[in-house]
Amino acid sequence: MSRDHHHDHDHGEYSELSDVELRVRALESLLTEKGYVDPATLDALVQYHEEKIGPRNGAAVVARAWSDNDYKQWLLSDATAAIASVGFEGRQGEDMLVLENTDDVHNMVVCTLCSCYPWPVLGLPPVWYKSAPYRSRAVSEPRSVLAEFGTQLGQDVEVRVWDSTAELRYMVLPKRPAGTEGWSEEQLAEIVSRNSMIGTEVVAGPAS
Amino acid sequence: MNGAQDMGGSHGFGPVVEEIDEPQFHADWEGRVLALNLSAGGGRWSIDTGRFAREDTPPADYLSRSYYEMWLYGLEKLVVEYDMVTVDELAAAGNGASFDEVTDRRLRPEVVERVMRSGGSARVDVEVDALFGVGDRVRAKVGAPRTHTRCPQYVRGRIGTIEIDHGVFVFPDTNAHELGEKPQHVYAVRFEAEELWGHDSEGGAVYVDLWDDYLETA
Repeated sequence: MSRDHHHDHDHGEYSELSDVELRVRALESLLTEKGYVDPATLDALVQYHEEKIGPRNGAAVVARAWSDNDYKQWLLSDATAAIASVGFEGRQGEDMLVLENTDDVHNMVVCTLCSCYPWPVLGLPPVWYKSAPYRSRAVSEPRSVLAEFGTQLGQDVEVRVWDSTAELRYMVLPKRPAGTEGWSEEQLAEIVSRNSMIGTEVVAGPAS
Repeated sequence: MNGAQDMGGSHGFGPVVEEIDEPQFHADWEGRVLALNLSAGGGRWSIDTGRFAREDTPPADYLSRSYYEMWLYGLEKLVVEYDMVTVDELAAAGNGASFDEVTDRRLRPEVVERVMRSGGSARVDVEVDALFGVGDRVRAKVGAPRTHTRCPQYVRGRIGTIEIDHGVFVFPDTNAHELGEKPQHVYAVRFEAEELWGHDSEGGAVYVDLWDDYLETA
C-alpha cells in the first residue's frame, strides 16, 4: 500500500498542497463517501481538542491542590475522581495518577513507546514530548534532559521517571513556590506551566 | 515488537528542543488526521491494534515521519486491514469514486463532546488474582516478540520492585491482534536507574507500568 509519491496527480485545485495534505484529503473524502465518517464530526473533534482541553485545566487542578489540603490528599489517592470533580475527564485520562514533587523527590513523565499523555488535564502533547530525543533520553539521562529545560536539581533530590507504558495517565503536582502565600486559586493557576505538570520544569515563584 | 518505537535508552537523537508558542496543530491536516483516527474506527479496532499499525513500520520510515504522518499512515493501513476500503480505492480516492454502502456506526457531531468526556477505560471489571504484591522483587521477562508489546526492551531481564498495583486491565499483547483481552493486573514497577544503566546512570529510578505476563519472581 505504498503511495509515497504523487508525481502523477492532477495539478488542479490541489496544486499548492503537499503530498501528505493530499493523502489526508483523499482518505477523508473516501471515508466520508463510504459512510464511515461525517465531516461535521471531524470539525467537532478538532474544535474539542483546540478549545476544551489544554494545560489550563491541569493548572486549575494544581492550584486547587495547593490551596486545599483535603483536595490535595484526594487528588493523590484517587486522581481520576478528584480531577473529574473539577470538570475534567475522558479520553486519555480515564485512569489518572498524580505524582507529588517534594523537596526530596522530583517526578517526570514520559512515554518511551509512543505519546501517552493525560489529555483532559494537559491537552494534546507538545511535539518535543512525542519526539525521539525526549522519548529516548528521559529514562536514561533525566538530569541531562532536565538541564536542557533549565531545571537544575540538587544531588539530594531523587529523580523518578514514569514511563507511561500502560493506560494509566500521569500528571505531576509541582511544588508550590515560595512567595505565593495568600494567593487565590486563580493567581496560582496563572503560574503553573504545562512543563511543570509533565515534570521537566519547576514552577518559578514571583520575582522578588 | 523490537521496532523503532521502542526508543527508551537509545542514543543519537540530539537535544530536546522545545518550540515556543507551539500551536495545537501546525497545519489543518494534522487536526483532520487526529479527528479521523478518533472517529473512523467506529469501535472496529482497539487502541492497541492502532498502536501496532503505527509501530509496525520500517525503522527508517518511522523515524523520518512526523507524529501526525505516522497517524495518517497507520490509519491508511487499518482501513484496508478492516475491509473498509481497498488499496485501489485509496489510490483512486479524490477522483470522484462513490459508494452506496451506508453504516450507522458513524460518530455524530452532536455527541463528540460527550464521547470524548466519557473516554473508554482499559480497566476491566473482573476478579483476577494478582500474581505479585507491592514490595515483591520481580524481573521483566526476556523475550523478543514480533507482535505488539508494551514491555520496553530497556527493562527486559532487569530486576525491579512492585510499587503500585493499578488493578486489572486489558492485555495489549493479545488485544492488539484480536486474541482476546486477557485481563490481568498492571503494576508500577520501580527499577533503580543503576540497574538499568549501570555506571552510566544519572541516579534515581524509572517506574514502568507492566502486566503480570511480563513479570517473573526475581
